Amino acid sequence: MQPSPQGATEIDPVSPQPPLDQNARSSNSKSPFQLALRRFLNNKLAVLGIVVLLTIILASIFAPLLTDLDPTKSDLMKIENGPSSEHILGTDGSGRDNFARLLYGSRISLIVGFSAMLFTLIIGVTLGSISGYYGGKVDSLIMRFTDLVLALPFLVLALTIIALVPTITTALFVCIIALTIWPNLTRIIRGTFLSLREQEFVLGARAIGASDFRIIFRHFIPNAIGPIIVNATLMMAQMIIIESGLSFIGMGIPQPTPTWGNMLSEAQNIRILRNHPEAWIPPGLGIFLTVLSINFIGDGLRDAFDPKSNKR
Amino acid sequence: MATTLEEKSRSITSVDQDTLVRVENIKKYFPIKGGILKHTIGHVKAVDDVSLAIKKGETLGVVGESGSGKSTLGRMIIRLLAPTEGKIYFDNQDITNLSNEKLRNYRRDMQIVFQDPFASLNSKMSVGQLIEEPLLIQTNLSKVERKEKAISMLEKVGLRADDRAKYPHEFSGGQRQRISIARALAISPKFVIGDEPVSALDVSIQAQVLNLMADLQDELNLTYLFIAHDLSVVKHISDRVAVMYLGRIAEIAPKEAIYDNPLHPYTQALLSSVPITDIDHKREKIILKGDLPSPSDPPSGCAFRTRCPMAHDRCKVDRPELLEKKNGHFVACHLYDR
Repeated sequence: MQPSPQGATEIDPVSPQPPLDQNARSSNSKSPFQLALRRFLNNKLAVLGIVVLLTIILASIFAPLLTDLDPTKSDLMKIENGPSSEHILGTDGSGRDNFARLLYGSRISLIVGFSAMLFTLIIGVTLGSISGYYGGKVDSLIMRFTDLVLALPFLVLALTIIALVPTITTALFVCIIALTIWPNLTRIIRGTFLSLREQEFVLGARAIGASDFRIIFRHFIPNAIGPIIVNATLMMAQMIIIESGLSFIGMGIPQPTPTWGNMLSEAQNIRILRNHPEAWIPPGLGIFLTVLSINFIGDGLRDAFDPKSNKR
Repeated sequence: MATTLEEKSRSITSVDQDTLVRVENIKKYFPIKGGILKHTIGHVKAVDDVSLAIKKGETLGVVGESGSGKSTLGRMIIRLLAPTEGKIYFDNQDITNLSNEKLRNYRRDMQIVFQDPFASLNSKMSVGQLIEEPLLIQTNLSKVERKEKAISMLEKVGLRADDRAKYPHEFSGGQRQRISIARALAISPKFVIGDEPVSALDVSIQAQVLNLMADLQDELNLTYLFIAHDLSVVKHISDRVAVMYLGRIAEIAPKEAIYDNPLHPYTQALLSSVPITDIDHKREKIILKGDLPSPSDPPSGCAFRTRCPMAHDRCKVDRPELLEKKNGHFVACHLYDR
């Protein structure tokens, strides 16, 4: 069939051909991200998680407004006191106010969890992208390196570093956690990228001359954002547990800086465990609620970004 | 059409002012890795020694079964895949070994429309972003100019200006294919490859998209390489048709010659399998026996001999050359050796 000859001149843009499909909605267009957000907000557990986590974050930010007491100030006259009007949750073994320590302690957990996640994200996205995008020898090299790191026993490594370093700062702590956890995220991102690499829209981007940088940032990462965010969130919960665990066995952020983990370590003493539940239940509950709400948020994000995984 | 039978080149790849794309002895062998050490244990000969030339303003249709190497050929021509051997010329420039940086300039002039309209558009980008992306990469147009261009492209392919703000998931397959076409044509390429652009669409939509592509070809003076597995689709749009079998060209000829007087037994079999609506015009169906042989272990001699009803002894030994039989009608078959 011969094409019609009348199309040889520019089509007048003022009088376009009528659209073939009239039932297309004209406005109220939702981007995939907006659709995911809506699905997320419809998930009750995830929204509950957001509310609880926000409350904890606000309490840690505004801790100075909620209590006048200094969480690091010892009062040797008031050791292991029970609850009173001045010390709502009593005092610890060094006479520090438990309520103030509870509020300020959440800061460490959240900061460590969040910055370790961010750190992991940077390493994971960079290495995972390079590995998954370029493939071949670069990929093998990076993957063997992640295998190596994964094979290291985390606890032994962490305890060794902590034992060798005289003063443990929060930053160092974040590094130790992030440097041992990044391989998980790197592998996930690499896997996602490998599957994206063969998709036609990536070939199309290459065909219009898009740079590698552009393909990674405009085409790969937006399409991999679901797994990245979900895994980063769930990793944050894991990191908070690690921080608390190390603090609990006295290998975390040293005293007198308050953390939920080292507050819990007071409960190693059988006397406090029995007689002063107000000293260890609140920090335990703090860890529990923070991790639980982060996990709910992570699950909500997973369902929001990948509706097919929705089991409801 | 601009080209007539007389203008067709004598040799299949003769250098000509009018030639836009020329491919010489191109091959693509994909290695098969095996064993513990992942060494190469064989090759899939996806494209095995193909030569052809496409004139400016012409549409060359390429047909073949799946696995015949037609998509691989198309992807090599626009250098999405690097050929194992052979040369690719675009506008008389050798682009076979250009680096990605240098290729970027050529990408302005050659574009591709893919088969699957659901996989070929990035679902996270709005239609406006999708159409403007090639402009952003390839031109210095301002934001406003890009927007205007995107709107005019949308209208050209029969969509509306306010579709810019929508996302691919809000469109049907045919509409998405229109978006793909708008995106490919936004930077005014000279050469467009259609990699089975309509085979994923409903038959009614196929005709719309084919007509759109034909209209745009006239309007924008485009050259097409149109890949399909369906002879009737190719008949609609092509000036010349190449029939591929197992990585090689079996027959290449002007459309009329292929459809009215097919020479190669494979082309004859393909044509006889096209359903006909005219019951007074019955013809004998040639049913091919067997399946397409594996491209990693093609038959010796003529690749088609294992399924060819006319195969004789010579076909096992000699690989037939693609030779001209009539004006611009080339066929690779020993039946026509003089």
